[in-house]
Amino acid sequence: MKAVAPKPSPRRFHQASWDEPVIFELSQPGARGVLLPEVEEAIELEVGDVSSHLPVSLKRKNLPVLPEMAQLHVLRHYARLSQENLGVDLNIDIGQGTCTMKYSPKVNDQLARSPKMADLHPLQDESTVQGMLEIMWKLEQFLKEISGMERFSLQPGAGSAAIYANVAMVRAYHESRGEGKQRDEVITTIFSHPSNAACAKTAGYKVITLYPDADGYPDLEALKAAVSERTAALFITNPEDTGIFNDRIQDFVKTVHAVGGLCVYDQANANGILGITRARDAGFDLCHFNLHKTFSTPHGSGGPAAGACGVAPALVPFLPTPTIEFDGERYRLEFNLPQSVGKTRPWYGVAQNILKAYAWIMSLGADGLKEVAEIAVLNNNYLLKKVLEIHGVSMPYSKGRHRIEQVRYSWEEMYRETGVHSEEMETRVADFGTHFWTSHHPYVVPEPMTLEPTESYSQADLDEYVAILKQVAHEAYTDPEIIHSAPHNSTVHQANHEPFDNPEEWAVTWRAYKRKTK
Amino acid sequence: MAKQAKPTVYPYIPNSVPAAREAMLKAIKVQSVEELYADIPESIRFRGKLNLPEPILSEAGLVRHIEGILAKNTSTREMLSFLGAGCYQHHVPAVCDEINSRGEFLTAYAGDPYEDHGRFQALFEYESMMGELLNMDVVNVPNYDGFQAAATALLMAGRITGRSKVLLCGTISADKLSKIRDYVQAQLEIGMLEYAPETGLMNLADLKAKISGQTAAVFFENPAYPGFLEIQAAEIAQIAHENGALCVVAVEPISLGVINPPVEYGADIACGDIQSLGIHMLYGGGHGGFIATRDDPKFVLEFPSRLFGVTSTKVEGEYGFGDVAYERTSFALREEGKEWVGTASALWGITAGVYLALMGPQGMLEIGERILQRTEYAVRKLKKIPGLKIRFDGIHFREFVVDFNESGKTVKYIQSKLLEKGIFGGKDLSGEFPELGQCALFAVTEIHSQADIDRLAASLQEVLK
Repeated sequence: MKAVAPKPSPRRFHQASWDEPVIFELSQPGARGVLLPEVEEAIELEVGDVSSHLPVSLKRKNLPVLPEMAQLHVLRHYARLSQENLGVDLNIDIGQGTCTMKYSPKVNDQLARSPKMADLHPLQDESTVQGMLEIMWKLEQFLKEISGMERFSLQPGAGSAAIYANVAMVRAYHESRGEGKQRDEVITTIFSHPSNAACAKTAGYKVITLYPDADGYPDLEALKAAVSERTAALFITNPEDTGIFNDRIQDFVKTVHAVGGLCVYDQANANGILGITRARDAGFDLCHFNLHKTFSTPHGSGGPAAGACGVAPALVPFLPTPTIEFDGERYRLEFNLPQSVGKTRPWYGVAQNILKAYAWIMSLGADGLKEVAEIAVLNNNYLLKKVLEIHGVSMPYSKGRHRIEQVRYSWEEMYRETGVHSEEMETRVADFGTHFWTSHHPYVVPEPMTLEPTESYSQADLDEYVAILKQVAHEAYTDPEIIHSAPHNSTVHQANHEPFDNPEEWAVTWRAYKRKTK
Repeated sequence: MAKQAKPTVYPYIPNSVPAAREAMLKAIKVQSVEELYADIPESIRFRGKLNLPEPILSEAGLVRHIEGILAKNTSTREMLSFLGAGCYQHHVPAVCDEINSRGEFLTAYAGDPYEDHGRFQALFEYESMMGELLNMDVVNVPNYDGFQAAATALLMAGRITGRSKVLLCGTISADKLSKIRDYVQAQLEIGMLEYAPETGLMNLADLKAKISGQTAAVFFENPAYPGFLEIQAAEIAQIAHENGALCVVAVEPISLGVINPPVEYGADIACGDIQSLGIHMLYGGGHGGFIATRDDPKFVLEFPSRLFGVTSTKVEGEYGFGDVAYERTSFALREEGKEWVGTASALWGITAGVYLALMGPQGMLEIGERILQRTEYAVRKLKKIPGLKIRFDGIHFREFVVDFNESGKTVKYIQSKLLEKGIFGGKDLSGEFPELGQCALFAVTEIHSQADIDRLAASLQEVLK
């Protein structure tokens, strides 16, 4: 037998394409997926048919038109759909910049599935949940050390919820000082996550957005012009989504503090700075981490995630209720917090992710966390060098400078030369079994692409990813039609997007689809 | 002999291999990683070593460490639990856990429909099955939880009506009210409605007195937080509508095989939590929120959440999926979008979809009926115990309030005695409803057998003796 030829680069890929119907089309009348415990005869005899006592207005008339399926058919349908999805477990998931798509260790998932975690009720007597309270309390201590902040709340459900909780604490702080009405403005930057602006607006603030200066740094002069006695807070990401570290960050903090405002550090991009620089040391009053980004808990196709809010001493009284306390022997929940902003979500946080983040930190320690940061930055700067060797792509701002853990690139040159948009490249990249993300809107960087390689990938992984980009860029110059008509090797083909913005046609449910396509 | 210190190779970090690290540094022509941090000013560089515990590098050691801590917990599998109050011990079908443990779903995030078609379809199907349960055409990709769903539903009502006040049922939980108060305060003024002391039902005279042309929404829950059904639902909706307000109802989806969905008695927006639908309690980590409306752009364009829709593709017989009316979101418009959207609870949406497909129409009918029966059985059984009464007696779904005032004993004492007998009694309500004195909220689901309920009754009888 002749030796098998070496693999081509990039690899040949075709996504699973099961041509799976919508689940309602799989219904088999009378089939059952799971059966329930029968009601015992004595109960039946004692209470009879309770539903017959429901008033007419509360009694359901017709059964819900759910699919009727045997168990294997439900399993198979969803197993097939899962195959038509690309998670970190399958692809070189470095293309979702800002999202920190690192490896989520399986052992941590396994530990969180223990009944000793999964089947705990949040109202159990504290004596029966000492283990979970210990983990939550200890994770708080870890995050305090990593950020330098005084205390943390692990309650928010995700990053944006943490930003909102921070906005709520800012508001409560100023109200407690009688300046609630006066301080009605929040300042943020365009390269900070949109939730910084949107959460502030939801909480009633006027939002001022700073644009970058010529070098891509948040504009300090613009900040100086924006601050006043109306400033409630600055919400700023650092490093920003460009991967640029704002080296004047202390001047930003001083400028805001000088007018009595608070400074809130969005640490969604903290992966490259663990053990390198800390929020409190830069003077911040509040910060937040995303446990599903920096601290490895799985992203869950979009949650459940977990957010953690850190505060300086002056903000401690405003933390969400409850806090977790430890007297050296027992862990307990403290509900008596008169100045607290109250609840940001039910109970105490996304406990299973708190457990996973705790386990992840325990598996690394101080040296390991620093290794995470350093390798994430090393990988990013390696990727940056390789990507910039591709014709048509550039790295706007601060030419020749290093980046921290991610880069926002631009395909503007390619677009000018070929008419191929970065969004079309994004679609074509799916044909090679991976993904890249453009950026949040508005596209301040034209034809954007945001890559964040984290510490989880090897040089070979990064080279393979670059080979894909190179291939697609080559196609843009030689055969742009293959990109315009992509995807070709995906689960499905180009979708008709028009119905999504037309109320006559859009269909958010199968029932709406059936009604509108009759 | 001292062991030679050698660099640790971390299993989660391929480039922690010293040679790999060196090769990477060489490739980018820098001497050390330190150079890459040149932009971070020395004044804020952390030069110490983080004060964290020594790591547990081996996987075996980590498992041992974590399991050692978890062993200090006693779960509801080991005890007989009647706790509810917003988090419920229902049976979780194995297929639910199987699907949400699959790495393809578990480790994906925010890809677009061409590499994450599966996630889009599964969530569209979730929306669709919830739509059937709720008899409504529009359901969101889950937001965080039922608290967030209620708070956002109220803000939506404010934006839809252009009005600035909302009236809430007086039996709402303190925690949910806390969330709503914090969340809507910039846009809405909250008025609380009285409830009838005997039944817990909304005081309609109070509603009529307080409702006005400023009222954006009247909000109530079915079942109410204390477990009774709000049987005046249709009248409340009518009063709201007569005053140009919307009717917003928080509903328990697991009840809807047997209980009428809110739209049928006049609700304009239904909202709630999906934890009951195939998701473990997870010490409170298993929540996801839903909001449902009719298919009217006036409503649809006020959702902050993602809404996944179905469409055709270039190929005959092929479904595609994508975002409906994306331009309303904060992803598209930052602070000009509707509230904000971000990572929330998508995996629980997929899981709830699996649950509804497994249960089917018959399963949802049966679980509703049987919970009604088991709850009623528990109520009747407990009622017979001297020193104990059922508060807000009516038709209960899953939960009911036990009144211990006559016994002269506190809930706290009773709980501690039940705990000794291996039982988690109901939630102590004395803090959030001081007017009720010593009352507790007990929950019964399809997993509680007659023997379990009888055991609770016998234990309570002993404790109250």
